[in-house]
Amino acid sequence: MTRDIPKQVRDDSLKLQTYKIMTNNIKIKVRNLHKAFGNHKVLDGIDLDVKKDSSLVILGGSGTGKSVLIKTMIGLITPDKGSVLFDDQETVNISGKERLKILENCGFLFQGGALFDSLNVMENITFFAQKLRSLNHKDQKELANQKLKSVGLSDRILNLYPAELSGGMQKRVSLARAICTDPKIIFFDEPTTGLDPIMANVINDLIIKIRDELGATTVTITHDMHSARLIAKEVSLIYNGKIQWSGTKDEMDNADNPYLHQFVNGLSTGPVEV
Amino acid sequence: MGLVRSPIYFRLIFRQLLTIGYFSLPVVAMTAFFSGAVLALQSYNGFSRFSAESAIATVVVLSMTRELGPVLAGLMVAGRVGASIAAEIGTMRVTEQIDALFTLSTDPIKYLVTPRVLAAVISMPCLVLIGDIIGVMGGYLVSVNKLGFNSVAYIKNTVQYLESMDVISGLVKAAVFGFIISVMSCYHGYYSDKGAKGVGAATTNAVVSSSILILISNYLLTQVFFS
Repeated sequence: MTRDIPKQVRDDSLKLQTYKIMTNNIKIKVRNLHKAFGNHKVLDGIDLDVKKDSSLVILGGSGTGKSVLIKTMIGLITPDKGSVLFDDQETVNISGKERLKILENCGFLFQGGALFDSLNVMENITFFAQKLRSLNHKDQKELANQKLKSVGLSDRILNLYPAELSGGMQKRVSLARAICTDPKIIFFDEPTTGLDPIMANVINDLIIKIRDELGATTVTITHDMHSARLIAKEVSLIYNGKIQWSGTKDEMDNADNPYLHQFVNGLSTGPVEV
Repeated sequence: MGLVRSPIYFRLIFRQLLTIGYFSLPVVAMTAFFSGAVLALQSYNGFSRFSAESAIATVVVLSMTRELGPVLAGLMVAGRVGASIAAEIGTMRVTEQIDALFTLSTDPIKYLVTPRVLAAVISMPCLVLIGDIIGVMGGYLVSVNKLGFNSVAYIKNTVQYLESMDVISGLVKAAVFGFIISVMSCYHGYYSDKGAKGVGAATTNAVVSSSILILISNYLLTQVFFS
């Protein structure tokens, strides 16, 4: 049967199939994303693919637009131009209701934790689950306990308020909140910034553990190379509002990209202005 | 209309009713009591020159219900609650808690603004009604105990010229002031600039803009009701 089909047609069909497989494998697709604040261009035509079940780490120095990129991806910031697709569904300029629906499958760990001051640990962790399923107090407590355990914390802190927790604990509670409804995509905004090396490693290990347990796609932004090496499967480097390099973690050390080389090795001289 | 569409957070509305209404009661009551008392004293000083002391009770009750009750309660609540709302929401903005609400698939406007606006609109008329009664009582106590008025005559004069419209207009004003305070405070908090300076400015702007708008809208509402 195959022999009857002309070679050119067979080749094109194969290319199409490969393209379809590759496209289906992409969870988040960012195309030509632009964002400026006044005259300052922060994102200048970002193109980025986040593969399904992958762990993408976006590297970049302070002020290079990492946070703006991740916040634009989830809709906290509206881009000036460009497209962000989640599972091939456009998310730029959609209604608030549609966006909230998309966000039901996402978790987000903020740099400072962003726990709600007025709610205790249990209420913080189960905030979204409570809204989705109207849990009774017993179920709420059980779920919060379970999530606290998965981030290595004791249930003794259930009734404490965020102000009563240390920075590391706040970050872990925030992580528990982000994973409470088993999201399919998790975003981490500088997960180890401001933590001591031991606590930073605890968070790194938790991210890897949670990612593997949930089978989630993760996007992490960081400038911490140690953290990046532990968490990443794939790496992208952002500078001057553009993605300067993308590749796998293994390719990172052998890449000949001058921006990446300077960043990875922490050099003060190179194309990255300091 | 979007403000009051589902989901409505009844627990949060109840909590705000306590914060805005119940906990503002002492400050509104004190303000109303002493305003009523001072009004009685000042009116006596002026009216005694024309032997019109019997009008004091009427002046006190009409001033309290039509103007002083709602305006003073509005200004006091703007200072107490408006500042607190702006600071709380401003801090939530600065510490990314509002962004966190959004990522948890929760509309920050419905979660933060709607309960506060509803609670303020409901609780302000209640506060003003209580304030009116306490203010009139302040005038009564001064008039009877200090100025030597007859208790029965004073009460009779108080109710004689009081019309339901006097009270209703004050309560409508109170509801409008509640709306102004909550919306302005939430607005300034929600769009607060970053850092402590931003939150400080949001708080100041919330109180100042609420107070000015209360005075302007008071004039406009008085014109609508009484001219």
